[in-house]
Order: sequence, then structure tokens, then C-alpha cells
Amino acid sequence: MITATVPTRDNYLTHEYGVKSWLLTKDHKRIALLYLASITFFFFLGGIFATIIRLELLTPPGDLVSAQTYNKLFSLHGIIMVFLFLIPSIPATLGNFFVPLMIGAKDLAFPKINLLSWYIYMAGGACVLYAMLEGGVDTGWTFYVPFSTSYANTYVILTGVGIFIAGFSSILTGLNFIVTIHRMRAPGLTWFRLPLFIWSMYATSLIQVLGTPVIAVTILLVAVERGFHLGIFDPALGGDPVLFQHLFWFYSHPAVYIMVLPGMGIISEVVSVYTRKKVFGYRFVAFSSVAIAVLGFLVWGHHMFVASQSVYASLVFSFLSFFVAVPSAIKVFNWTATLYKGSISYDTPMLYAFGFIGLFTIGGLTGTFLATLGFDVHVTDTYFVVAHFHYIMVGGTLMAYLGGMHYWWPKMTGRMYPEGWAKLSALVIFLGFNLTFFPQFILGYLGMPRRYWAYPEEFQVYHVLSTAGASVLAVGYLIPAIYFIWSLRYGKFAPDNPWNASGLEWQTTSPPPPENFEITPVVTYDAYDYSILEEMKVG
Amino acid sequence: MNPQFQLFPDQASATATHLDHLTVYLLTVAVIFSTLIFALIFYFAVKYRRRSGHERPAESGHALPLEIAWTVIPFLLMMVMFTWGASVFFEMSRPPDDAINVYVVGKQWMWKTQHLEGQREINELHIPLGRPVRLTMTSEDVIHSFYVPAFRVKFDVLPGKYTTAWFNPTKPGRYHLFCAEYCGTLHSGMIGWINVLEPAEYERWLAGGAGGESLASSGQKLFEYLACANCHRTDKPGRCPNLTGVFGSKVQLTTGETVTADEAYIRESILNPGAKIVAGYQNIMPTFQGQVSEEDLLQLIEYIKSLAKQPAPPPAAGAARTAQRAEPKQNR
Repeated sequence: MITATVPTRDNYLTHEYGVKSWLLTKDHKRIALLYLASITFFFFLGGIFATIIRLELLTPPGDLVSAQTYNKLFSLHGIIMVFLFLIPSIPATLGNFFVPLMIGAKDLAFPKINLLSWYIYMAGGACVLYAMLEGGVDTGWTFYVPFSTSYANTYVILTGVGIFIAGFSSILTGLNFIVTIHRMRAPGLTWFRLPLFIWSMYATSLIQVLGTPVIAVTILLVAVERGFHLGIFDPALGGDPVLFQHLFWFYSHPAVYIMVLPGMGIISEVVSVYTRKKVFGYRFVAFSSVAIAVLGFLVWGHHMFVASQSVYASLVFSFLSFFVAVPSAIKVFNWTATLYKGSISYDTPMLYAFGFIGLFTIGGLTGTFLATLGFDVHVTDTYFVVAHFHYIMVGGTLMAYLGGMHYWWPKMTGRMYPEGWAKLSALVIFLGFNLTFFPQFILGYLGMPRRYWAYPEEFQVYHVLSTAGASVLAVGYLIPAIYFIWSLRYGKFAPDNPWNASGLEWQTTSPPPPENFEITPVVTYDAYDYSILEEMKVG
Repeated sequence: MNPQFQLFPDQASATATHLDHLTVYLLTVAVIFSTLIFALIFYFAVKYRRRSGHERPAESGHALPLEIAWTVIPFLLMMVMFTWGASVFFEMSRPPDDAINVYVVGKQWMWKTQHLEGQREINELHIPLGRPVRLTMTSEDVIHSFYVPAFRVKFDVLPGKYTTAWFNPTKPGRYHLFCAEYCGTLHSGMIGWINVLEPAEYERWLAGGAGGESLASSGQKLFEYLACANCHRTDKPGRCPNLTGVFGSKVQLTTGETVTADEAYIRESILNPGAKIVAGYQNIMPTFQGQVSEEDLLQLIEYIKSLAKQPAPPPAAGAARTAQRAEPKQNR
């Protein structure tokens, strides 16, 4: 059944030409590519800031950039990576492209709102960039008060407005996915026949819709206090600084799951395809996504164990935090069990999946350390926390994102990427990542606080290792950027179903036609049923 | 071991030892689980590698007993983490009754410490070995965080609020004090030293210090300078409550509520006198917001505390020091 696509066949890329056909498109696939270009830009921008940060930290004294510049660099690194890269990364690109394709729909429920969400995202991004060019912001991505409202003399409000605007794009994407998944599934595609990626996107969308308004309100309150000196958070004006932290983490903790749940969805797809088996414990994996989304809203106080919240509140938040670890552990065990008696191939996406499981396991286990009350007191606000969340967000989300990019690249572009280079870069990224961030766990336990421009000499050796790892990591990220672009022109033509996958997205052409499917598919089988491929071949 | 490749920080307080035991448990659980998972993945990935493109692997189903096992076992291990962590946390949150009081004021970008005996230090704190030390902390500007890795102690220092932390040093030495909450441009310069001295050496340090006057007697001078005594009289009923014995007692308010007169209450009553009016008195006191610094406030509080235990205000400086050191328990 696998035949190379005739390159001249009409597809969403060749259907129309010209800048206008892109900027005014309502096709979810083209909007996904607009997002892809935008988030890639922000990823490399945030990456440049990270590079300068790592170079500064190579030696104990602050000698490469000034203290103020350093503070702006880590603030912008965090703001750009969290709000403009990680949160939109998988949902707005791969989710946007594949949610309709995987459920047999022609498009998302609201194509115009989908385009609007990209424009809103770009407006938010432009605001942050403008603030950066004007002089930047030095509050950290967390905007803690009263520093951000009464002391910082950088572009806090402008940056905040950028994040506020970008938040609406996130809400609209979530809303679009929820409606689409409810209303536009192909005939026969019941909830328990859905690919697990759809389950995870659904859970993610719930958080986006319910959580994002809270950060919007919080930013608004910061702007009001900063601009009009209304006492909300600053005790000198009669406010409460801890209130800000409650509001901020009420969104920003669930936001971690906005970032990592889509990645878990990709891993479920990839592990199944490259073992040619249905994901072990499908329903457990599906419900664990929903469980994470719900429980994620109940644990924000674990960011505030030393922030003067009551001892008993800390006790409750610690207890509930362990409950979030359970569904995450369930996923890891089920992925591992899926490998058992599988037919495992080592294509690039699978290498990324192995990497994800390994790094996410370390990130998750150190997460339970941080939920442990006494331990958290010592390591909170140190490099231990920095290492932990990079294991989740970079080791987890970014590995999954790159795995997904390789997995779906043939479908998106109609071209294959060069397998040898891809495997090499997966390896380089895995090694570079561990060398960068593992030493930071030790640094944190030794007591190195985060957000330090200069540091005592006894910490240097681990900083040198970390900076060395970061240079390896930078090379690892550049290789895919180069060969993906190269493959657009020189890559081999991709067959419709290069991995022999059973999902609906592989039953249309590569790249898909503008309307996705010539005939609306009818689904009579479960997700990951590979025997269906044999029947189709015979049929 | 090469000290450069140190894996554990100095262990210089009782809590540090307790926390490191917990860390060993956490690491053990983490190593066992990650080894188990990585070994299984590696083993499966090799054993079940695809040998031909026509393989038809067995249907994978689900196994309820397995799902229950890998839900319940990790959960139980995590409940041990929770309970153990909570018990260490309670230890960290409850200073013992015989602790020495030290006041800490954080500001961009320095630590100011004050001993009851009157010694004031900047980015330094001298304490005796083997005596628990209780810190009462506040900030003049933004949020800071008092962090001594060797003691495994950290607590945020907030403006407009008193927070406490405590430690019991068990090893003499000089240990880093870091600000752990990002506080602006020179956050990384907000570093000080905790000097743990042998008791005799500490006595010498106290005697040689530039303290001169105890914190309470500085507070008394301030009390007189600000003319507080005109209304808060100790000899006869005044227009404002007599403050003798007030600290630590229950105070009845005009609203009918009862509050405990702790540091936070006294601070609020000086800065925002109208917030809580004592039953039987009028709201006549002016605010002292802007007239007294955080350090002044701490001196005033210490003076009011001293009224609780010795109706006659402390006489000469030297005598006051001895008197206070002799009865640290009553400082609370």
C-alpha cells in the first residue's frame, strides 16, 4: 500500500501561492506552520540568552556582562521560553496540524479563531520583543512583588502586556481543540478509540481555558499597582505580597502541565508505532492525563513552603503534590510495559521517546523530592529546582516535541529527514542535556542559589561542566534546524505512511490535501490496531 | 575526596543531619526506581528489537493487578517521603523555648543583624556553638530569603511582616549566608557569613563588640525620644494602655475580639494604630509610619518585651546585658 506520493498532486502547500495565501489562511495546517516558524524564532532567541547565561557562569566573578544585564537575560530567557515557546510549542504546531487529521476532521471547529489566535500570539510576542529592545525587564519570569511593582525600573508593564495578550491566544487554541474534539470526530471514532495524543491535547486544553484567565488577572493587578500605586500586593501600600504568589502559581503550576501533557501524548503515539503494539493500559494512560490536569490545580502552594504560608497549608499542599506523581508514574510504567514483546525499531522518534522516558523519570522523581517538605526548604530557590524543571520542560517537553517533529515531518512536508543525522543529533542532545543539567542538582544541594550573576568559588567545577554541556546541547539543536530546512528541498519524497502507523493522519496523502481527506473516514477499530493495516492492504 | 567535587554541603546543625538522612532515603528510592525502569527499557529494547518488517507482536492488553501494583507501591513509598519530610519540616518550624533571639533586617542588598545585647552587624552574624538561635526577620524593601546551606535553613524575609527561622549550630566555623529570593540588581552580592564560635570565644566577642547598649535600652531611649511615654504611662493610668506585661498577653479589643500581643501586633500598632484598638481606649494615637525604621521598630519591640519581665527599666548597659543573657527564656 505504500507508494511514494506523486509530488505534483494538489496538497495544502501547493493549493495556493503567495504571501497573502499564508497570512489569510484558514487552513489549520498552514496556521500550524506559521506557528512553527514563530516559535522556532523565539526558541533560538531564548537559546541565545541561555548561551550568554552559561558563558557568564563559567567563572565565579561576574565578568562577561553586568549584573543588570545578567538579570535581564535570565528574565527574558524564562519569559520567552515559557510563554512564547513551551506553552504554544506542541499544541499550536503539532496539535494544530494533527488534531483534525487524527480525528478525521476537515479542520478545527473555528478556523478563523485559529488564525486569530496566531495573530494574537504574534502581537504578544511583538510586545515582549519591543520591551526587550527598549531595555528589557529584570524581574525574572515570576514577576515577584513588591520588586516588580515598586522597585524594578525596567519595562515590566510592557512585557506584562505581551504575556497578557499571548495568553488569549492560548485560551482560544484550547477552546478550539475542546470543541473540535467533542463535535468533529469521524463517524465511529468513540472516546476510547481516540489516539492518546488527542486525550492529552484535550486535558491540556482544559487547563489552558481554565487557568490562563488567572494569570491574565494577576498581570493586570501588577500593572495597576505599578502604574497607579493602588495597594494590592505591596505592603507599603497596604497590600499582601504573598497574595501575588498564590495567584501566580495558581496558573503557573498547572502551566507546567500545559507544557508537559502534550509531550506525553506524543510519546504514547511514538512508543506504540515503533513497537507495533497498542499502548499498554490504554485507559489508564488516557485517564491519567485528565487526572494530571485536575490535580495540577490543587498543588500550587508547594512553591511557597518557605514563603510564610501557614505550616498546615504547606502540609496539605505537600500531601496533594504526591498525588500528581501517581498518574505520571502510571504513564512511565505503561510505556515501559508496551515495549514488552514488541517489535521495536530504533527510528529517530523512538530514540527521542527513550530519551523522554529517561529524563522525565529523573525530572519526576526529583519532583517528589521537592514535594517533600523538609527537603524543599533546603533546595527551593537553588539550582536543584533549576535542574528539576529543566529535566521536565527541556528533557521532557522538548525531547517529545523533537520526537513528534521527526515522526510527523514526512506528513507535514511530504519529505523525509536524513535518518543518520537525525539519530546523531538525538544522541548529541541527550548527552549534552545531561551534562548541562545533572551537575545542577548537585550544585543546588550544595546550596548554590538560583539567579546569581556571581558566585563563590567552591561552586565553579559544576558550573564548568554545565557550561560544557550547554555547548554540546547548542550543537545538538542546530543540527536538526539545518537538516529539516535542507530536507524541504533535498529530502526524499515521503510515502503516505512511512512508519506503517494506524492513525487516521497516515491514511491521507503526504502532504495532506487542503480538505485533509477526500472521503470522510469511518472508524471501526481501536487506536493502535496494527492488524487493520493488513486488512487494508488486502482490501 | 577532592573538595572541589564535594557532593554534600557542610553539616553544621542538628537539622542538617536530620535532613541528610531524609535525602539518603529519597535518593535510594529514586535510584531503585530509575534503575528498574532504565534496565527494563534497555533489556526490552535489545531483546524485542525488530528483526524483520513482517513481525506481528502479541496483542498488548492491560493487566489490572499490574496497574494496581505500580500505582500503590510508589504511592506508599511517597507517603513515607511525605511523613518524614513533614516531621523534618515541623522541626524546622518550631524553635525551642531556650533559643537566643536575634533580629534580622534584609534590604537591597545587605543583611543587618542585631543581638539583644546590642551588637549590630552587617553581612555577618556571630553565634555561640550549641545554643539554638531564633531569628525574627523582616525586610525594608522587597522579598529576600535567609539561607544558610550548612544549616539547611531557609525562610523568606518579607516586608511588612515578621517571619522566623531557627537553627542549632553543631560545628564551629564560618558559613555562607545567601539571599535565596531574587531581589534585584545585586541579588548575588547579598551574601554574608555566619560565624559559629566556641562559647568562651563568643563571650569574648560579645564583650569586645561595639554594642555598648542593649537592644531594649536603645528601644527605651527611642520610646522616650518619640514621647510614647506621655500617653503609655507606667506609673499611673494614661490615655493609652500601660505596656507593662503586655507582650505575650491576650489583649481585648473594642470589637470584642482578643488578640495575642506578639511582634506583629506591636509593629502594626505603631505603624497603623487604628487597626486594632484596645477595649476602653480611644483611637487617638498618630501613625509612626515613615518616622521609625524597621530596626527602630525591633528596638521598640524589644523594649516592650523587656517591660513584660522587669517593671523597672534596665539600668546601665553592662548590667542589662548580663541580666538579659541570664534569662533568655523570658525573651519570648
